[in-house]
Amino acid sequence: MTSARRRFWCISNLNSGKLARWAVTLPPSLFLVVFFLLPALIVVAASLREPGEFGGLAPLFVDGAFTHALTLDSYRFFFGDTIYLEIFVKSFFIALLTTLICIALAYPLAWLIARSPKRRRDLLVLLVILPFASNLLIRVYAWILLLGPLNLLYTPVAVVAGMVYVHLPFMVLPLYTNLEKHDPALLEAAQDLGAGTWTRFWRVTFPLSLPGIFSGSALVFIPVLGMFAIPELLGGTGDLMIGNLIKEQFLDNRDWPFGATLSLLLTVAVLLCAGLATLAAKKSFKGTEAVT
Amino acid sequence: MALLEIRNVTRRFGDFKAVDAVSFSIEAGEFFTLLGPSGCGKTTILRMIAGFDDPDAGVMLLDGQPLTGIPPERRPVHTVFQSYALFPHMTVAGNIAFPLEMAGKSRDEIARRVAETLALVHLEDKGGSYPHELSGGQKQRVALARGLVNRPRLLLLDEPLGALDAKLRVEMQSELITLQREVGITFVFVTHSQQEALALSHRIAVMNRGRIEQLDEPDKLYGLPANRFVADFIGKINLIEVEVAAASKVLLTLKAAGLGEIAAADARPLQPGERGCFALRPEQIRVYGRKESADLKNRFDGSVKELLYLGDVTHYKVVLANGFAIEALMPNAAPGRAKFHEVGDAVTVCWRHDAGIFLRD
Repeated sequence: MTSARRRFWCISNLNSGKLARWAVTLPPSLFLVVFFLLPALIVVAASLREPGEFGGLAPLFVDGAFTHALTLDSYRFFFGDTIYLEIFVKSFFIALLTTLICIALAYPLAWLIARSPKRRRDLLVLLVILPFASNLLIRVYAWILLLGPLNLLYTPVAVVAGMVYVHLPFMVLPLYTNLEKHDPALLEAAQDLGAGTWTRFWRVTFPLSLPGIFSGSALVFIPVLGMFAIPELLGGTGDLMIGNLIKEQFLDNRDWPFGATLSLLLTVAVLLCAGLATLAAKKSFKGTEAVT
Repeated sequence: MALLEIRNVTRRFGDFKAVDAVSFSIEAGEFFTLLGPSGCGKTTILRMIAGFDDPDAGVMLLDGQPLTGIPPERRPVHTVFQSYALFPHMTVAGNIAFPLEMAGKSRDEIARRVAETLALVHLEDKGGSYPHELSGGQKQRVALARGLVNRPRLLLLDEPLGALDAKLRVEMQSELITLQREVGITFVFVTHSQQEALALSHRIAVMNRGRIEQLDEPDKLYGLPANRFVADFIGKINLIEVEVAAASKVLLTLKAAGLGEIAAADARPLQPGERGCFALRPEQIRVYGRKESADLKNRFDGSVKELLYLGDVTHYKVVLANGFAIEALMPNAAPGRAKFHEVGDAVTVCWRHDAGIFLRD
C-alpha cells in the first residue's frame, strides 16, 4: 500500500468513527434537547409571566398588540409570605428523615444479600424490586388500611412511613452493588492486624460503602422532595409538601406562573444540595473510587 | 523452647486431607519456608497459624501456649497477603498506623513508628499517597511495613512476591533478606517457587499432598534430596531408573537397564536388587568429545540431541545408548569458546562417582 493510500485509509477510518459516534449520540441528545432542555426553558419563561384568565399563561398578544412584558410578581409572592418557605423547609426535613431511615433499614439488608451465596443473590434482589410490579397508588392505598386502625393515618408519621416504603429499594440496590464488590481479604487483613468485629465494620466496610450510601441517598432524597401522591393520601392538612404545592398551582389555583416559580426554586434548591453533597463526598471518598 | 511448635496437625475438607499429621517447629529469628505445588496444604497451614482456620486434630503452640480458641485479632501474628489487601481508603501512613491503633498505642508512638517503618522499606516520601497511586513493588513494601510495624512474634507471608514481575521479584528477594535480618522478626514464608525458597530461607519444608516430604536447609535439600519428589521439585535433575548391583562400605554399584554400571559414593548398607533412581544434577556432568580423555569412573557414550546457548552456560541434551536423554550444563568459562559441541555430535558424558545419589523407592 502506498503512503498516500494508507493516509486515505486512516482518514476515512477516522471519518467513519466520527460518523458512528454522531449517529449514536445524536438521537438521545436531540431527545433531551426537545423534551428536557426546551421545557425547562419554558418553565423559566413561564415563571416570569402573568397567569391567564382561565389557567395557562396570559396571552402574548391582545387584539394584535403585544401586551405584557416579563414580571417578577410570582417571586415577590413566594418571598412575601413565610408559609411557602416553611413548606420548603419541612419538605427538605421529611426528605432528609426518609433518607436516613432508608439508610438504616437498607444497609443490613444490602449487606445480607451481598454476603449470601451467589446463586441466591439474584433472587433476593428480585424480591427487593418486586413491589415495583404493582402500581404506586395501590401500594399507598394499602398503607391507608394498615395505618387507619393504628390511628396514625393523616399524620407526618404516615407520610414518612409511606415515603420510606416506596423508596427503600432505591437505597438497597446501589448499596448492594457497592457492598458486593468489597474484597473479603480487606476484612481478613483488618482482623489479622487486630481489629474486632465492630472496628472492622466502622474502619473498613463503612468507609468503603460511602459511595453506595451517597448514590442511594440521591435516588431517595430528590424524588421524595417532589412526591405529592403520598402526602396527599397519607398526610393531614398540615403535611403539605412542595410537590402538593406545585400540583395545586397548576390544577386547582390555575396559577401557572407561580407553579413554574415553585418548580424552578425546587430545582435550584436540589442542585444546591447536590453540589454541596458532592463537595463533601469528594473529601471522604479519597481512595475509595479506585475500588468501587 | 521453639517459638512455634506444630504437632500432628491435620485439617480435612470433606474427605480430602489438606494437611495430614504435620509436625515441625520454628525457632525465633528464623526465615522458615513452606514450599510445595499448589494444593499441597501450605496455605492451609499458614491460615491455621493466623487463626482463620482451625486444625481438626493436633496442637499448635506459640511460645509454649496453645493457639486453639484465640481469634486472629488477638494472636501476635500478622500476615502479608498475596493480594496485599491494603486498605484503599487509607493513605500509606494510615495503613501502616492501623495495627498500632488497634493495639492502642499513643499518638506520639504511632507517628514515630510509622516514620521509622516507612524509612525501613524506603518509602519515606509516600506516607501521604493512596494505595492506588503506588506501583506493585511499592504496594508490596507497604504490605510488609504494615505487617512488621507492631513487631509480631511471627510474620506470615503468603506468596508475597507472586504478583511482581521477574526483575522486581529478584530485587525484593534480597530486600526481604536484609529486612528480616534488620528487624529480627521470625518469618514464615509460603511459596511454590523453589528458586525463591532456596534464595531466602534458613530452612525449608517441602510439602506434597498435605505432608512434609523433607525439612532441611536449602543446600541439603538441593544436594541431598530425601526422595524422588523433592529431587524432582527442587531444581533440574536427571532421574535414571536403576537397581543395586553391589554395595560395599564406600562404593555403591548400580545397574541401569541398557546403559551399564554406574558407580556412586554411598556408605548405606543396601541390598543388591533394591530398586530406585539415580539422581544427578546437570551441572555435575561434563560433556566431552569421544577422543578427549577424562579420568572419571562414570563414562557413557551418546549423541547431542539439543543445545541451548545461555551465555554463562550451555545446556545440552544428550541421548544415551538406552534412549535416556540426559541433561548437562557446561559453564562457558573461556571467552570466545562458547560451544564445545554441535547437535548430532558423538560425545561422552562423564561425572565423578560422588556427583549423584541413589534414591530408594
